[in-house]
Amino acid sequence: MSSVLNSDQLVKTIKTRLQANEVEVQDMSGGCGQAFAVIIVSDIFKGKNKLTRHRMVNNALSEEISQIHAFTQKVFTTDEWEEQKRLYGSS
Amino acid sequence: MFASTMLRVRSIIRPTVGLRFMSAETKKAITEAVSSAPVVLFMKGTPEAPACGFSRATIQMLGQQGVDPAKFAAYNVLEDSDLRQGIKEYSDWPTIPQLYVDSEFVGGCDIIMSMAQSGELSEVLEKANALVPEEEEKQ
Repeated sequence: MSSVLNSDQLVKTIKTRLQANEVEVQDMSGGCGQAFAVIIVSDIFKGKNKLTRHRMVNNALSEEISQIHAFTQKVFTTDEWEEQKRLYGSS
Repeated sequence: MFASTMLRVRSIIRPTVGLRFMSAETKKAITEAVSSAPVVLFMKGTPEAPACGFSRATIQMLGQQGVDPAKFAAYNVLEDSDLRQGIKEYSDWPTIPQLYVDSEFVGGCDIIMSMAQSGELSEVLEKANALVPEEEEKQ
């Protein structure tokens, strides 16, 4: 893993490794590939608390995260994500 | 041992760069740091001058919650590369800042923010008796 990360790669990686059915990756680095904000929707988070969920993501993406400067994550199960959309009307 | 004052971290003499695992000495120093106050934050920069947006946001949230400065200690990981690497391994957490309450790892900026929004954070801080008493706060 020496190449610079881009959003598309990261989306693919997250979908595969975390069995995510929805992933949003926002590249906040202005192209240098060092800062990402991600939303991950996956049912592997069901019944897990926040700390555990974040650890699952951190472990799955440990190589990627170690290369970048800033990584911020929001994780939901499918049900929680539907609830979020209902509450905040985001798509 | 890390800090002689609350906000400063003294360097540890280390044998080599690129050390893969933290030394026993670093681990011991981190354990001491973690339990040096009810609320402990490992951050980039200082509370007065955070050196990263995530550390800044976290400090602001702790301030808004009303954390008692007497019950709070911050360690600047930028002052000590052993601490910077060691704390990631110690907490099994890849990013800074990292918050500990009552020697227990709470999380990083994302988690703290969502806990602040849900009210969970004030519960945790209250339970640790780490907030400024209300009478005092009003004066």
